[in-house]
Amino acid sequence: MAGMFGSVDSNVSNSASKAAFKQNLNKVYKWYTGGFLIFVVVLAILEQMGLSRQWIGFIFLLATIGLYAGIGIMSRTNDAAEYYVAGRRVPAIYNGMATGADWMSAASFIGMAGTLYLTGYSGLAFIMGWTGGYCLVALFLAPYMRKFGQFTVPDFLGERYGGNLPRFIGIIAAILCSFTYVVAQIYGVGLITSRLTGVAFELGIFLGLGGILVCSFLGGMRAVTWTQVAQYIILIVAYMIPVVWLSIKQTSVPVPQAIYGFQLEKVTALEKKLTNDPKELEVREVFKQRSAALAEKLKDPANALAADRAAAEKKLADLKAANGAASEITAAEKALAGMPKDAAAATKAWTAAKAGADTKSRPLNGMPAHATQYAGDPNGDAAAQKAYDVSRRNFLALIFCLMVGTAALPHILMRYYTVPSVKEARESVSWSLFFIFLLYFTAPALAVLVKFEVFSVLIGTPMDQLPAWVAAWNKVDPTLLSVVDINKDGLMQLNEMSIGGDIVVLATPEIGGLPYVISGLVAAGGLAAALSTADGLLLTIANALSHDLYYKMIDPNASTARRVAISKTLLLVVALAAAYVAAQKPADILFLVSAAFSFAAAAFFPALTLGIFWKRATGIAASLGMVVGLGTTFYYMVTTQPWLRGIFGVTSPIQLWWDIQPISAGLFGVPAGFLVIILVSMVTPAPSKKVQELVEYVRYPNLKAS
Amino acid sequence: MQQISENHRRYWQKNLNITAVLLAIWFVVTFVVSYYARELSFNFFGWPFSFWMGAQGSLVIYCVIIWFYARYMGKLDIEHGVQESED
Repeated sequence: MAGMFGSVDSNVSNSASKAAFKQNLNKVYKWYTGGFLIFVVVLAILEQMGLSRQWIGFIFLLATIGLYAGIGIMSRTNDAAEYYVAGRRVPAIYNGMATGADWMSAASFIGMAGTLYLTGYSGLAFIMGWTGGYCLVALFLAPYMRKFGQFTVPDFLGERYGGNLPRFIGIIAAILCSFTYVVAQIYGVGLITSRLTGVAFELGIFLGLGGILVCSFLGGMRAVTWTQVAQYIILIVAYMIPVVWLSIKQTSVPVPQAIYGFQLEKVTALEKKLTNDPKELEVREVFKQRSAALAEKLKDPANALAADRAAAEKKLADLKAANGAASEITAAEKALAGMPKDAAAATKAWTAAKAGADTKSRPLNGMPAHATQYAGDPNGDAAAQKAYDVSRRNFLALIFCLMVGTAALPHILMRYYTVPSVKEARESVSWSLFFIFLLYFTAPALAVLVKFEVFSVLIGTPMDQLPAWVAAWNKVDPTLLSVVDINKDGLMQLNEMSIGGDIVVLATPEIGGLPYVISGLVAAGGLAAALSTADGLLLTIANALSHDLYYKMIDPNASTARRVAISKTLLLVVALAAAYVAAQKPADILFLVSAAFSFAAAAFFPALTLGIFWKRATGIAASLGMVVGLGTTFYYMVTTQPWLRGIFGVTSPIQLWWDIQPISAGLFGVPAGFLVIILVSMVTPAPSKKVQELVEYVRYPNLKAS
Repeated sequence: MQQISENHRRYWQKNLNITAVLLAIWFVVTFVVSYYARELSFNFFGWPFSFWMGAQGSLVIYCVIIWFYARYMGKLDIEHGVQESED
């Protein structure tokens, strides 16, 4: 079994054995996919025979994590080339699948369709940004990095720009963006595990961590690659089944991607109807009044709080005096205990409550019309024109940052070191994007289908006849889904429902009326997405520390075995550190993920591309460029993003540059990086002959052939 | 010792040309179409056209760009004798 994924000593250098290796892989993964489908079918039959939901959850969790661990054990290795780059023999198509899984995180799998549901057209920035970036990978980086043929991204910076400084900055940047990203993945793992099985969040984190570690710890890149392929197959099957089913249910066509344009038309018509529906207006009026009342209180929080407290105390006293029902007394006591402690706390709580009420007093529960591009109106008054301009500008800026960030994330670039040749590196990017495309062009369809279901089925349903999944998810987590009859008409209105984005994917099987085993499958798919990304990220961090920092900078004489051992130890330490941070449930986790893209874009993209395409780029310039790019991005985020402002104690008023949101800070960092590298290179001595030869070397797949 | 011949220079120039052309297509599909999204909202099989471009059209074009580049460069490698040997 150990030889299944290529043993260390087998020499796969000629094309015949390469083909045999690929054929063997085809066979293994065909059996694997078939086996997995049979496993799901068997579970479905067991469910019909009365297997409980919790058991289905447990079986899914243990079976998939056990599977990943099994692959890890089968491909364990201590060889450096195997450990760092999977022996450089991963065929293009499999590297494509592995990159797909590496790339698609919990945010892609669970969060994206939800974002599209909530924001409509604006959410497409993520769809375009996270796919179009691969054009930059293919045209500017992957083939050249493969030709360079070392182990990590800082490796390239170190060799191309000479000296330890560029390498060291590369290490810092790689760790900065990978660590923020991996914390989010482990958080996702904890969330899904605890949902799937009902165990505590922290326990869920450590269960998932076990699965990640067995795999990457034992076999490094080799184990991670073959596990990621397995994880890709699970996650794509899990994503497709419910969407296809929902599409058949609504339109009787099993290709949701081709047909949802017509559903979108219906959604748009329903949106128009709902905006002017008298019942909806009634609910919105209630929220408007609540907002006005809160605004009144916020004018003088101290007195308003005192009045509120007095009223609550009086109510409790009255109830007690009148011998009220025990439940009413407890409720009144709870209300009193739940009051803000002082005026500052009251201001904070009321401001948040007012913002919530303001959103809910807007049409469509505060969501923009699904198909409408950008806020505001180019033909409206000055304010509407400005809103339109700003919204469009931010849409384009976000796409830019996500694309350039995609092309600079070290854990993705590292994957192209693992293919056998430059030619296969190019083809591999093609496969990567194809496999990512399958999920990304389905997500907008899912969002529209779910929206249609909510608008056409849920709205107007009597509160006591809502489908069972509404109550079930409300019980799991009220922030995901809660329904309150605001205008007390016994019917559900759109603005009476609060929905969290994550539920769109997680609840689709139930919305479509599928058995619970499919819900388990979807959760397992989300788990696969989070685990595969975490694997790749942890490996990137551990390699940056062990290979680049320790081996290249501290002890160049370290033996291979020692390097791999150090990498494994670091992997464990980093994983535990990430789990510790994730267990604290840090506030703005989604922001952190997007920030990682801006950081990677500003730090790596200018230095890497100029390093390949401009021989004149010098080491000092690249170091300065990376620092300035990263610094600009960091400065803009710290001074404009509320959560970071809090951490760093920034109190100056928020000064947005051209109204660009902090999430797109890379928009300033990337050009700053390019500019500094170009200008400084002009005034510093040209790189040495050796470096110029290296640049020539990476430009041609084979220089010696002619 | 590696030697950069006229042949190599031509190969690199062609590579730069195709990169520039594909990048221009990428730019138009991504930024120009999105910039004029509101104007391009005629009905396209149910979708407003720019919505469809953002959700599917641009993705398909990205895939084609990368696929074409891999194919083109594979041929160019052989044409200029810089392909990797199959040993």
